Amino acid sequence: MGKRAHGQTLGVAVMSAIESEGVVLGGLPEAQLPAAPLRPRRAVVRGAAHRIAGVVFIVCLLVFMIGPIAWLALRAFSGLWQYPQLYPKDWTLSGWRQVFNDPNLRHSMRLSFEFAPIVTAASTVICLPAAYAFSRYRFPGRRFLLISLFATNAFPKIGLYISMAGVFYSLNLMGTFLGVVIVQLIGTVVFMTWIPAAAFSAIPRSLEEAARDVGAGPLRVFFRVTFPLAAPAILVAMILSFLASFDEAQGTFLVGVPNYITMPTEMYTLVLNYPEQVAAVFSILLAIPSVVLMAFARKHVMGGRLAEGFQLR
Amino acid sequence: MSATDIGLDLQHVSKDLGGRTIVDDLQLDVRTGELTCLLGPSGCGKTTTLRMIGGFLVPDRGRVLISGQDVTTLSPDKRPTAMVFQNYALWPHMTVFKNVAFGLRLRKLPKAEVKERVEGVLDLVGLTHHVHSYPARISGGEQQRVALARALVLEPKVLLLDEPLSNLDAKLRVRVREDIREIQQRIGITTVFVTHDQDEALSISDRIAVMSGGKVEQYADARSLYREPATTFVAGFVGTMNTYEATVVPGGVALAGDLVVPCGDLSATGDGVWEVGVRPEDVRVSLDDAGAAADVLREVPRGHYKELVLRAGPHELRAFVGSDLPPADRVSISFARALLYRDGVLHRSATPVPAHS
Ligand SMILES: Nc1ncnc2c1ncn2[C@@H]1O[C@H](COP(=O)(O)OP(=O)(O)OP(=O)(O)O)[C@@H](O)[C@H]1O
Ligand SMILES: [Mg+2]
Repeated sequence: MGKRAHGQTLGVAVMSAIESEGVVLGGLPEAQLPAAPLRPRRAVVRGAAHRIAGVVFIVCLLVFMIGPIAWLALRAFSGLWQYPQLYPKDWTLSGWRQVFNDPNLRHSMRLSFEFAPIVTAASTVICLPAAYAFSRYRFPGRRFLLISLFATNAFPKIGLYISMAGVFYSLNLMGTFLGVVIVQLIGTVVFMTWIPAAAFSAIPRSLEEAARDVGAGPLRVFFRVTFPLAAPAILVAMILSFLASFDEAQGTFLVGVPNYITMPTEMYTLVLNYPEQVAAVFSILLAIPSVVLMAFARKHVMGGRLAEGFQLR
Repeated sequence: MSATDIGLDLQHVSKDLGGRTIVDDLQLDVRTGELTCLLGPSGCGKTTTLRMIGGFLVPDRGRVLISGQDVTTLSPDKRPTAMVFQNYALWPHMTVFKNVAFGLRLRKLPKAEVKERVEGVLDLVGLTHHVHSYPARISGGEQQRVALARALVLEPKVLLLDEPLSNLDAKLRVRVREDIREIQQRIGITTVFVTHDQDEALSISDRIAVMSGGKVEQYADARSLYREPATTFVAGFVGTMNTYEATVVPGGVALAGDLVVPCGDLSATGDGVWEVGVRPEDVRVSLDDAGAAADVLREVPRGHYKELVLRAGPHELRAFVGSDLPPADRVSISFARALLYRDGVLHRSATPVPAHS
């Protein structure tokens, strides 16, 4: 299973990139280990300098990453909080009450949680067969198609959305549910194609041939062997698609207004029309799916038996 | 031999890949219950041949028959063949039990029967303690046996193995190949075993097909393959062979440089230049001066025998002698037996073969 030995699929690679954040933090205790007493003086001094630099770096990183989130969290539960004060004086749940009592905001939350799963499902159904074809068949234009999928994500999307809007007008898709689904789909295609395609390619053909050999037809081979082996990567791709769709604001705003205002598009107006706490509460709500899904992926994709299977040679 | 005695029959099978003829008009029959090795250098078409038997490739010309039935165009899932892949190809997301049971479950057998047959075959390959392990958790030798069990559990008519031992270390390789042979004989399954290791081929096969350039050079049992290689290719590929250009003279052969070596048994006679092949154990070495004189260049102890590297005139040759032969710098050699080749093909006849026209 040669290839498999290094067989981190793109998806798993993405996950380990996400993981490495944890590695940096996990490095902290090690950096504080006492120096071995027998080492020469110079090395001890240099070692200490390295360690201090490491700690400073990690503290900066923490301030940089955790800082804004901490501010948001405080803000969401605080009353009046102005510049010279280091922390808020009075605490309140009024921001939360306001968010959950406001019919507009409630509606946008419901919409967001409707669009994201629908877009993810549609993207999976459309892109998985394409991913399989990209990985298993050599056809003319294959490379070009793969690269152009990437290109849709590489350039500023707003240009793409503007030209799409022109087409949508003539197709009467502006301001429709389907229009929003399509525009969000665009942003997920690259994940749902590239990551599963890499995963399919990492599966040795002999595993599929062995299944044919014991009597499975082509479809059964796909559902019993190929798909389960690619499942971790497909799951990662689905999570990324879900989040991409959930966080999509530009295209959704352009196509959905005024009928379909999702949570991220609501943010545009929220900052101006609502008190600051409401915006903070809403930001936290917007971040919840990311945190939950990433934690899920970490637990079930990275550590699960599915990932373990990939260590087979 | 009646038709049903032939478990597997390849008739004039050819396959072109990438614009080249990889397997070229190949003929091979394997008797029911026989183990045949495909032996040949890398790239000679062994895997391609095996994949045509398994149904992963369709021959461009020719037919594949299993127990007399034409399966040439059937896909792998419709053939009574089972393959053990070089990298084992175990499904990493299934336990050992599920790997072996997969094929039986596809056949919708009752649960109890599946369990019974899987346990039976795991017992056969000696893996009962790993029933619920995942493939990544067991050793290479054990993975190999799971692959074998997965193939055997379906009771195929033909078992195909593509270099099944190449991922194992040397010691294990010898043990597992003996296990495979023992199991194969116990259940009497028609088997094709691909290898490029002659030692492996000679020690486990009923017959060996030596392949070169997509063709079968010789198809025979280990003994005749070694004693009477039909072509100079086989002679050079299987075992060690001293080869020289020589003419036949009364009582022996004359090599270039007017070196006459007495020879007991010549496979043919006739005028003209022959290619003469002599196995190292057929080189007789003595300390008297009965034969041709030779210098000892090197002595290599091989345990119960010695290998001598000798120089006689312009020629170098290798001889296997008993370890009791005392060390000497100069010896006398003769040939117990020599094989005569012309145009790369062995000649065996009592009547003189005419010289090249
Ligand atoms: N799909 C293909 N397209 C083009 N050429 C191929 C293809 N498959 C095999 N070949 C060529 O056919 C030749 C024989 O391949 P094959 O795998 O049968 O050799 P082999 O005898 O099994 O060698 P080895 O001992 O190295 O496994 C090789 O030169 C290989 O490059
Ligand atoms: Mg091969």
